[in-house]
Amino acid sequence: MRITCPLCGPRDRREFYYYGAEDYLNRPTEGAAPEAWDDYLHLRDNPAGMTRDLWYHEQGCAAWLRVTRNTVTHEISETELVSALKPGDLKKGART
Amino acid sequence: MASLITTSAFDTGLPVTHGALTLAAAPVTRITSVAPFNGKEKAVSAALKSAHGLAFPAPNRVLEKGAARIAFAGRGTAFLIDADPAALDGIAALTDQSDGWAILRLTGAGAEDALARLVPIDLRPVAFPAGTAARTALGHMMTLILRVENGFDILVMRSMAHTATHEIVTAMAALSARAAHV
Repeated sequence: MRITCPLCGPRDRREFYYYGAEDYLNRPTEGAAPEAWDDYLHLRDNPAGMTRDLWYHEQGCAAWLRVTRNTVTHEISETELVSALKPGDLKKGART
Repeated sequence: MASLITTSAFDTGLPVTHGALTLAAAPVTRITSVAPFNGKEKAVSAALKSAHGLAFPAPNRVLEKGAARIAFAGRGTAFLIDADPAALDGIAALTDQSDGWAILRLTGAGAEDALARLVPIDLRPVAFPAGTAARTALGHMMTLILRVENGFDILVMRSMAHTATHEIVTAMAALSARAAHV
């Protein structure tokens, strides 16, 4: 498995650390309802198909990446620098 | 005033030669991590240009001017090697890393074959020519590899100096032994 780092180019999977779903980018605002925190911390989708998650280029450039991949075909369709994401790029319906 | 004694990270055994390959301590004395403050990337590049004839390197690049080098070392970070970073004061976060890293120099025809046993990227000249650098892995260690004439400079954390030496010498010896029995 290879992941194309937007900075370093295609690199072996062993250079990367898997963190978890992109939900971690959508942190509830201060004073949000307990349900929003419960959702943020514990509730995850488990799709057969396209999913987005966070990877860390630990043994490379130390950038956080958002990787769009398919859990059925293992195809990786997009990798983006988390630092370059705009608020509008975050998951639709982000919890508030 | 106390007189401090500088000791090498490699206290035994170097240089080592197996066949055409030689592993030695690289003659590097100063490393500074340079992380431009937000919006100061161009100012940092301009200051490097006027002070050293260098620029802030693009990913996977190392620039060289005389003894001074600057290599991409991560997102928004470069290592300035054997040059005074004073010109960057106030526009970049500067951290002296001279004692934090141990630098090996592997030279000789086929150096990339030895590293191919340890490093998960293509280091052959066609893919990794002069002017190229890579933050990658050496076995389980993090490393920064720079292309130099006839070989590579291999930076590892100083605490990994002996492990890195052992791993590379093992690969060199295995290649040499195989060549001798063909």
